[in-house]
Amino acid sequence: MPEYWDPEIETMPVDDLKKLQEEKLKTLVHYVYENSPFYRKRFDEHGVRPEDIRTLEDVRKLPFTFKQDLRDTYPTGMFCVPNSKLARFHASSGTTGKPTVVGYTHKDIDDWAESLARAFTSVGVGKDDILQVSYGYGLFTGGLGAHYGSEKVGATVLPTSSGNTERQLELMKDLGTTTIACTPSYFLYMIEVARKEGINIRDDTKLRKGFFGAEPWSEELKKRIEDESGIKAYDIYGTSELSGPLFTECYEQCGIHIWADLFLVEILDPETGETVPDGETGELVITTLAKEANPLIRYKIKDLTKKLSEPCKCGRTHPRITRISGRSDDMIIVRGINVFPGQVESVLMNIPEVGNHFMIIVDRIGPLDSMKVQIEMNESAFSDRMSDMMALKKKIAGALKSVLNLAVEVELVEHGYLPRSEGKSKKVIDKRKI
Amino acid sequence: MEDKIIKQISLFAENKPGRLASVANKLKSAGINIRAFTIAESGDFGIIRMVVDRSDYAHSVLHDAGFTVSETSVLGIEMDDVPGSMSRIAEVFGEANINLDYAYAFVTREQKALLIVRVNELEKAVKKLEENNIKLIGMKDLEKI
Repeated sequence: MPEYWDPEIETMPVDDLKKLQEEKLKTLVHYVYENSPFYRKRFDEHGVRPEDIRTLEDVRKLPFTFKQDLRDTYPTGMFCVPNSKLARFHASSGTTGKPTVVGYTHKDIDDWAESLARAFTSVGVGKDDILQVSYGYGLFTGGLGAHYGSEKVGATVLPTSSGNTERQLELMKDLGTTTIACTPSYFLYMIEVARKEGINIRDDTKLRKGFFGAEPWSEELKKRIEDESGIKAYDIYGTSELSGPLFTECYEQCGIHIWADLFLVEILDPETGETVPDGETGELVITTLAKEANPLIRYKIKDLTKKLSEPCKCGRTHPRITRISGRSDDMIIVRGINVFPGQVESVLMNIPEVGNHFMIIVDRIGPLDSMKVQIEMNESAFSDRMSDMMALKKKIAGALKSVLNLAVEVELVEHGYLPRSEGKSKKVIDKRKI
Repeated sequence: MEDKIIKQISLFAENKPGRLASVANKLKSAGINIRAFTIAESGDFGIIRMVVDRSDYAHSVLHDAGFTVSETSVLGIEMDDVPGSMSRIAEVFGEANINLDYAYAFVTREQKALLIVRVNELEKAVKKLEENNIKLIGMKDLEKI
């Protein structure tokens, strides 16, 4: 059984942990009020003063922070420290609007690595491991985040970054990579390239574990990854606004551990804003309890998940969240029906004839929305009889319809037609002009 | 049995300009000769079916080039290129209650017609055709015609 990185913190009794959070929250509200003109204004407008926060439950009195706030105060308008205290910037790609910039003090970077060191240890990754970081390095937080986390636990880092897949596989084989960190879609692509190169990941490499995240992925895709590569796949979670990748599942794989001494988790009903009970789906809202450069107060990530407060079987007392079922921003509305790409993925990855890649295309034909799903079938599913191919299309459409409650057109495309991703994959093309 | 069966190459292709050319080019550079050829199409995609002189080799060439491809056992029935040949064969299948999935035909250099059929019951079909003295072509014969 893997050890703990910091047993005292990780197994701290829940009541003590709450007391610790309460103290940190009280300090935080004073800190942001005094150091960030943005938060001072936001608190004042909301009619709340730092002194009003006396207990952990008082967090509910605080205003929310949104991604839009980071854009509005671009680049550094929310920061609580001057440039002289900053150690690093990261920035989002800005594909859905203006880029957002996140700043880190040296302590912020150290806490980030600490968070991942606990996570990596919880699945048994440590100094004997060679961890290949195939997330992109640079402004994106995935690469450097996983890098610092691996160094902290004493693993040997292989900083391949993303891309140049043949070389990645060669190094994986020759240097004996045991663990990889990348997006699930990039790992799927690696499996495909490995097959083409005649490399069997299960038999020809020492790879045994993978941390996959930075894009939503389903339980069904996880199963495929495990079946096709023979490794154990772990969910890794974080967002650039909170620092980057921060949390993973432990070896028990029953939820992602959120370190409560560093972050305060709330799960709220997206409509009413009320806290939803443990185990029920709601919107994830996080308050950073230790960040110095740009702390976030009740940050609405827009990810949908469930909270599990019961201590884990692994002995860690910190709350867990379940696999992210989708980011509310990713939701598409087709003929008034809400569709998450993750739902489509779950359905498709459960059908053995369907390959690992798909694309959702939404269009408006006349007054009606239409949704089409392009898939590459597995070669073994191909039949020379047209009736078999039609039956396969019908089977896929039927499975999608039963879950989405929506008629979906299924298009079979040739192997290699759909884009392969080395980073975050694009799963939806929306052609509607609104 | 082996010498009575033809291995057909079946290939999945999107219904897009240039797809056929890329298949044909691959076979050309591998020196593979196409004996018979047909396309079944359904709007967005088609199934290319062909009989070639070296089917196993063609299969591996196309598979390695990334095509979705399979080998299917079909029957190659030799017929005299005269009226009534087709009707005789159709009667045999009909009487034996054998279903045809699809069929296509071409004419050989020796003025014979060759009918390619995929049937639901292969062994039964071979037996019935032979009982009726209808000649079946195997892969070896195919290299000669």
